[in-house]
Amino acid sequence: MPIDPNYETVIGLEVHSQLRTKSKIFCGCPNKYGSDANTQICHVCAGFPGVLPVMNREMVNMAIKTGLAINGQIRKLSVFSRKNYFYPDSPTGYQISQYDLPIVEHGELFIDLPDEPKKRIGVTRIHMEVDAGKSIHEGIVGASWVDLNRVGTPLLEIVSEPDMRCSEDAGAYLKKLRAIVRFLDVCDGNMEEGSFRCDANVSVRRYGAEKFGTRAELKNLNSIRNVMRAIDFEVDRQIDLIESGEEVVQETRLWDANKNISRSMRSKEDAHDYRYFPEPDLPPLTIEQSQIDALNATLPELPDAMAQRFQDEMGLSEYDAGVLTACREMSTYFEEANQVVSEAGKKNAKATANWVTGELLGRLNKEGLEIDSSPVSAQNLGKLVALIQTGEISGKIAKKVFTHMFDDGGDPQTIVAEKGLKQVTDSSSITAEVEKVLEAHPDQVEQYRGGKTQILGFLVGKVMQATRGKANPAMVNTVLKEKLG
Amino acid sequence: MSINADTVKHVANLARLNISDDEVESHTNQLSQILGLMDQLNSLPTDNVEPMTHAVDMLMPAREDVVVNGDSREILLNCAPDSEDGHFRVPKIIE
Amino acid sequence: MLSDPTTLTLAKLSELLKKRQISSEDLVNTFLEKIESQNPNINAYITVDKAGAIKAAKDADARLDAKQGEALTGIPIGVKDLFCTKGLLTTCASKILHNFIPPYESTVTSRLKAAGAVVLGKTNMDEFAMGSSNETSHFGVVKNPWDHSRIPGGSSGGSAAAVSASLCSATIGTDTGGSIRQPAALTGITGFKPTYGRVSRFGMIAFASSLDQAGPMTKTAQDSALMLQTMAGHDAKDATSINAPVPDYMASLNDGLKGRKIGIPAEYFASGLSQDVATVIEEAKKQFTDLGAELVPVSLPTTKHAIPTYYILAPAEASSNLARYDGVRFGYRCEDPQDIKDLYFRTRAEGFGSEVKRRIMLGTYVLSSGYYDAYYLKAQKVRRLIADDFKAAFAKVDLLLAPTTPDTAFKLGAKTDDPVQMYLSDIFTINVNLAGLPAISIPCGFDKTNLPIGLQLIGRPLDESGILSAAHAYQQATDWHTRSPIL
Repeated sequence: MPIDPNYETVIGLEVHSQLRTKSKIFCGCPNKYGSDANTQICHVCAGFPGVLPVMNREMVNMAIKTGLAINGQIRKLSVFSRKNYFYPDSPTGYQISQYDLPIVEHGELFIDLPDEPKKRIGVTRIHMEVDAGKSIHEGIVGASWVDLNRVGTPLLEIVSEPDMRCSEDAGAYLKKLRAIVRFLDVCDGNMEEGSFRCDANVSVRRYGAEKFGTRAELKNLNSIRNVMRAIDFEVDRQIDLIESGEEVVQETRLWDANKNISRSMRSKEDAHDYRYFPEPDLPPLTIEQSQIDALNATLPELPDAMAQRFQDEMGLSEYDAGVLTACREMSTYFEEANQVVSEAGKKNAKATANWVTGELLGRLNKEGLEIDSSPVSAQNLGKLVALIQTGEISGKIAKKVFTHMFDDGGDPQTIVAEKGLKQVTDSSSITAEVEKVLEAHPDQVEQYRGGKTQILGFLVGKVMQATRGKANPAMVNTVLKEKLG
Repeated sequence: MSINADTVKHVANLARLNISDDEVESHTNQLSQILGLMDQLNSLPTDNVEPMTHAVDMLMPAREDVVVNGDSREILLNCAPDSEDGHFRVPKIIE
Repeated sequence: MLSDPTTLTLAKLSELLKKRQISSEDLVNTFLEKIESQNPNINAYITVDKAGAIKAAKDADARLDAKQGEALTGIPIGVKDLFCTKGLLTTCASKILHNFIPPYESTVTSRLKAAGAVVLGKTNMDEFAMGSSNETSHFGVVKNPWDHSRIPGGSSGGSAAAVSASLCSATIGTDTGGSIRQPAALTGITGFKPTYGRVSRFGMIAFASSLDQAGPMTKTAQDSALMLQTMAGHDAKDATSINAPVPDYMASLNDGLKGRKIGIPAEYFASGLSQDVATVIEEAKKQFTDLGAELVPVSLPTTKHAIPTYYILAPAEASSNLARYDGVRFGYRCEDPQDIKDLYFRTRAEGFGSEVKRRIMLGTYVLSSGYYDAYYLKAQKVRRLIADDFKAAFAKVDLLLAPTTPDTAFKLGAKTDDPVQMYLSDIFTINVNLAGLPAISIPCGFDKTNLPIGLQLIGRPLDESGILSAAHAYQQATDWHTRSPIL
């Protein structure tokens, strides 16, 4: 998007990441999405009188792992506070959160941009807090409904430094952060379902200005695409305001993905005063170095390290390596497929990578499927690539076989055998086909022999057509050249 | 420290309490008196004192990440002043 | 059949029950009859659970018949109406919970029930435990059994009056700023606030979470030991519950006072102490010396700052704890709310009484933007100084002895229009809560108008045994605790 070159954009992101613990943060209710309303609540998470919170150990572990994965400092002592506000989906009237002493501080991550070196984005802090429930307004006459299932879902709030300068930076940051939490298996990173939510703080300033401009907070951004669009819209809006002599006001704006615009949330009549104070029901959280070390030892290979390995050891491009490490399911799929290719004795990670990022992801995208619900298994995709590598089928045929595999299932060998798609490598039958083609096209033969050698391609094409693509193109070439003398 | 009627109204709003004009007046007087009592603390130097947030020094215990609760929707909704179709029912929330 | 078993101690009743010289059912029925005749005068109970009590008594008798009884099996008790009791109305003496029947049980009551104690009913209290006179209850004031024109103290006024008037054998109360000890002193019974965290807070409706602690209210220190034995102990449902073994309180009950150093904090004997209380406490001090204790003068210099500190911290926590009463999930909801704002503002304005609203306002104010450091943070720091005072004193002595209250029970209505005067009467009890320490109040005499006076023994953290044995030694040598009001 063209942006006024006189202005610099400043973006900071706040991500709320729902953790994949089995139970909720402060009680033994199941932590899962999509159940019937209020079927996973108890008197504790529903904030009944006299109940008390008890911390879920796994939540702390996940927070520490996430902190380690972004090179953050883990605080040995962190404190929970109450953030007081009234809303029907907040049953206690306060949110238990971390305020001045969060569990992680001073982290960083590196974003991948096409044709640019990696860029460092600071992560100010990560803190633990509890999610709220949901109010339902639509379709209910004269009332609203409250569903508390989500209350008590453990959340990490991950706050970046204002280090991003354009919507592409923001998109790349979210992709990288999502990949990290997915690799750690602490969050499923699903923005549509709200398990990975992002608010964006956006401001603009004239190049060279020291002070940040007044920022707007953008909410309701349920995909990376919407985050980027909303930022672009906001940047334009703010520059227009400044250019026309008006002022940007600090406010929260809601993105409307249908209309591609944002609108101001009417500022509440009482300014927020959250009256934070230390949560008296929870003693301070202390973390031993030994606990941090033990968790550090369990960290899986993370996306950046894995992408580097894919480049160094397999010769993949930075782009492909980035795509293949966008989530754990993706990298696992690729590595499994590639293993099959290697076992067939034909190491060619680049070819495997091309098939995953090209044909497979293209088709999955079209069908709206995620990699983990791919109808073509990694094993079978690996076998398919191996068939090409061993010369049993051509690339062109392989695409047909892939379509069969995707639509009707099955493994590539069986499909190749059943449909008679095996590449013809028998020289006598190829010679016979070549002779037929030469006989049928005397003019072209004449032209070739007259020195117009580029006509060979036409003749190869005719032979391939006659064999419905099954002939080995290299052999057809050789035989043709032989016959044409 | 004494407080004025506007502050009392602001605080009542934060606390979600309707208060009548009479109550604004009595709260203003009483809270001012009580806060007067608080002001004596200013005479006590506390610069290097660590704030005490809990009565006893202790560390956060943690529970194992296991699901122990079943569905208690009907039991809890039974306590509610109003419910409908598995939900707590409240007057229309206008954003 | 015994003449009037209701006036006996819990320990004595326990013995009779075990020997099967009395059945729990008969005992419960006797208490229920007494409640029926006397409670209208005193208003100690909000709810009496006749059917539940008789059923529990029958179960207890079966257990006792099978020689499987414990100390509390078959003992009729009252429960302050802020402990959640499954299936039994739990109001916190507030209109906002006037119809709340918890679907869960507090840890304390579930332990007492498991031990076979029989819950006769839920006792009256100041609304949400906010008060020092039991005049803020939505269900009416409680009267002091010694003089019906006077307050019984608060907030556990109903629990105190019920024990004092022998409308149960023992009760449980809660103590945030003196709410067990002060009414115990004013009604002539024994009231024991354990170390913060010794007894689980789960299912106990919160007033000020960092100060609230449950404890027994009984006729004697020995009875308190029997009650606490069952109530105390770690609870995984309460993150602030102390994970330490509970000693056998009965085993050390007769340890005596010989050689024990008891500190006398000068600040508790300064101005404001009534002449009668001062005289009676002097007598008691002499008694402790006679029993072999060494009295040592000590100083707790920050004492005078305890009231402002407490009345910042407790309302601040309360303002947040009471945010959940919004008319959405349980309890009172205003008639015909127009929108969500109306629901909140009217439900809370109509559901809470004036003292509760005053404290919510105060607590909201001290936490609000711009005032946090001046009030809340400052108070947290002073709280540390108060706790440090005690630490320094306990380096020199084993226990502290002080009056529980500056004066005896005042007249109903005497301070209702003057919150500051009401708050100032908590001066001798709230320090202990701020420091999280255990302390007992035991009867030690009467004023000229025959109103009871209490003395307080304060101990080191988790030294409930030391306090109980000292109080027991005093009660073995005196008979103040055996006096009962004439009903």
